Amino acid sequence: MSSTSNSDVRPTLAVWKFASCDGCQLSLLDCEQELLALTGAVRIAHFTEMSRATVSGPYDISLVEGSITTPDDVERIKEVRANSRHLVTIGACAASGGIQALRNFVEPGSYASAVYAHPEYLETLETSTPISAHVAVDYELHGCPIDRHQLLEVLLAFLAGRRPVVAGHSVCQECKARSTVCLLVSDKTACLGPVTRAGCGALCPSVARGCFGCFGPSDCANVASLTARLRLLGSSDGELDRLLQTFNAAAPAFRSAVGVGRAAAVSLGQSRSPSHEGAER
Amino acid sequence: MSRPAQTPDGPGVKAADPVVLGLDGLDALITKLSESGYEVKGPVSRGGAVVPGSISGVDDLPAGVHDEQSPGGYRLAQGDDGRLFAWAVGPGSWKGEFFPAHQEVWRARASDEAIEFTEAAREAAPLAIVGARPCEFRALEVLDRVLKDGAYRDPRYADRREAAFVAVVECASPASTCFCTSMGTGPGIEGGFDLALTEIDDEGGHRFVVRVGSEDGSEMLDSVPSTKADAGDLEARARVLEGAAANMGRHLQTEGLAGLLARNMDHPRWSDVGERCLSCGNCTLVCPTCFCSDVHDTTDISGESSRARVWSSCFDLDHSYLHGGAVRASCSSRYRQWMTHKLSTWWDQFDTSGCVGCGRCVTWCPVGIDITEEAAFIAASDGATRVSPPSTRGGS
Ligand code: SF4
Ligand code: SF4
Ligand code: SF4
Ligand code: SF4
Repeated sequence: MSSTSNSDVRPTLAVWKFASCDGCQLSLLDCEQELLALTGAVRIAHFTEMSRATVSGPYDISLVEGSITTPDDVERIKEVRANSRHLVTIGACAASGGIQALRNFVEPGSYASAVYAHPEYLETLETSTPISAHVAVDYELHGCPIDRHQLLEVLLAFLAGRRPVVAGHSVCQECKARSTVCLLVSDKTACLGPVTRAGCGALCPSVARGCFGCFGPSDCANVASLTARLRLLGSSDGELDRLLQTFNAAAPAFRSAVGVGRAAAVSLGQSRSPSHEGAER
Repeated sequence: MSRPAQTPDGPGVKAADPVVLGLDGLDALITKLSESGYEVKGPVSRGGAVVPGSISGVDDLPAGVHDEQSPGGYRLAQGDDGRLFAWAVGPGSWKGEFFPAHQEVWRARASDEAIEFTEAAREAAPLAIVGARPCEFRALEVLDRVLKDGAYRDPRYADRREAAFVAVVECASPASTCFCTSMGTGPGIEGGFDLALTEIDDEGGHRFVVRVGSEDGSEMLDSVPSTKADAGDLEARARVLEGAAANMGRHLQTEGLAGLLARNMDHPRWSDVGERCLSCGNCTLVCPTCFCSDVHDTTDISGESSRARVWSSCFDLDHSYLHGGAVRASCSSRYRQWMTHKLSTWWDQFDTSGCVGCGRCVTWCPVGIDITEEAAFIAASDGATRVSPPSTRGGS
């Protein structure tokens, strides 16, 4: 079962980083109480955020964080895949390209030259893409960052050979389960919860903050209908576009609703004030 | 509850005669319930809504709180009156007290020889509710048919229901989204309850007319300070109910409705609502009769496993997942499933409507989809069909 040569029979776990902030990997270290027990069941063979000591592959399960943004990434993810029996992506970057995928929708190189003094030293791709655009993925965990309970659940399910209990429905259902009064209905708060995948336990609404979609689109997200409603409740087109263009900006369900309000306005022959433009700030 | 009073409606019988309680009497009733071993809950104003919560006296009830509801909208306002029940139902129904969102059923541990199962602990104290609305009480009776009295009894639900005490408070202030008069579930209530209260605040003072519906109800009233209700009190109650019925915000034409929906499964309106519906599931989770649940089997690191029953919704893709995919993959097919179940096939299954007209699904739908409006639209264009036959798969 184990890929290592000694008598250790624990399945091996590896953690890999691509373009990302490390927050999702940290969720594994965040499993403080469960971490010790977990290491009894799996052998953490490659996790450089935790230890420099690594064991060579192949690995039974690989957790992959981050998106593919460089030519080197494209090659490295193939190696990771080839060395992994199961490949689980963790987080919004790996699932949809992350906030760095905003570059996908502007003039190539324009962000790099705005951020770096010498962008000519960079060797990057024009787009930030999810892991699934490059290799076969066995399971995707969403969130920015992922929820550590969901991470544990996926690992425990893997160990027990069962299906993980991870929902594909809306954040709203988590609000209802914890009796959080809906902010959108009771306070006209712009909330993406109805079209966002559950998993966080409706964290933001529980502290009176509308969901900004960090878990990405839910299974059945109907984003156009929600944004039409939020527009009626007072959100401007620019606000809605910004709301949809964060950690999951490149997720198709979110992306397809960006600019819809302005496009409709243009087709009606209305002119928009500059303050309604999504590119401000 | 549910032991009927020996003479529920017998005239001249002391125990069943309506009485009048003041605020002190209501307070004493809550104390009495608590001293009798009940966990007492009632409506409380919390987080911007009136929701079920623990109460230990009248001070915990939402005095002067009023609500304004509309499709997809809800607001509370604080009045300077002291009325405790001058609002219509909020987002949290009493369903959650008997059928919680997440309920562990058992845990199991495997050893070399055997698998040992342990039943999960249950609530120790029986529940007493003070201030369920008539539609909510009727909703519990609808749930009873599904979870208690039908072929598939849920012992956790059934035991907690059978042990519960319910004091209903009739409605004086329906919301614009309420339609209990259409469903025959309110604003007044006759029978089934332990106690039924009507809040009256007129020249005769702020008081409650209380009718007794069970032996438990009469026992709990026993030592509570009360006076016999006179004709004036009973007239005042009738006026409250008349006023409420006259202010009912919505209407649902129920005559022939089950058949209407059954023969309009191809109506173009399903596609139209499918474009608006978010598939978020809010309507099902706020509905006091929606009972769908899922079973979650999980394992922990110590080798113990657990089974939990959790709320589910017909708006989830997983809900209709059969081998190879979801049967109801389009939003229109999911909405159609929900609405036709509530108003049509529920009759076939449980010999009752699945809707009690509480209006929650209308108010708490983030995009304000209104079940009464959808039904009225179909009724007005009975027999319309889509140009091409609907697909349960793909698109909306
Ligand atoms: S607060 Fe947001 S996530 Fe919660 S129920 Fe309302 S719309 Fe859904
Ligand atoms: S409520 Fe939304 S933004 Fe907040 S943590 Fe959850 S998914 Fe992320
Ligand atoms: S269908 Fe809507 S109105 Fe009818 S009982 Fe359910 S929530 Fe209330
Ligand atoms: S009808 Fe409304 S509340 Fe129900 S799933 Fe659709 S959008 Fe959500």
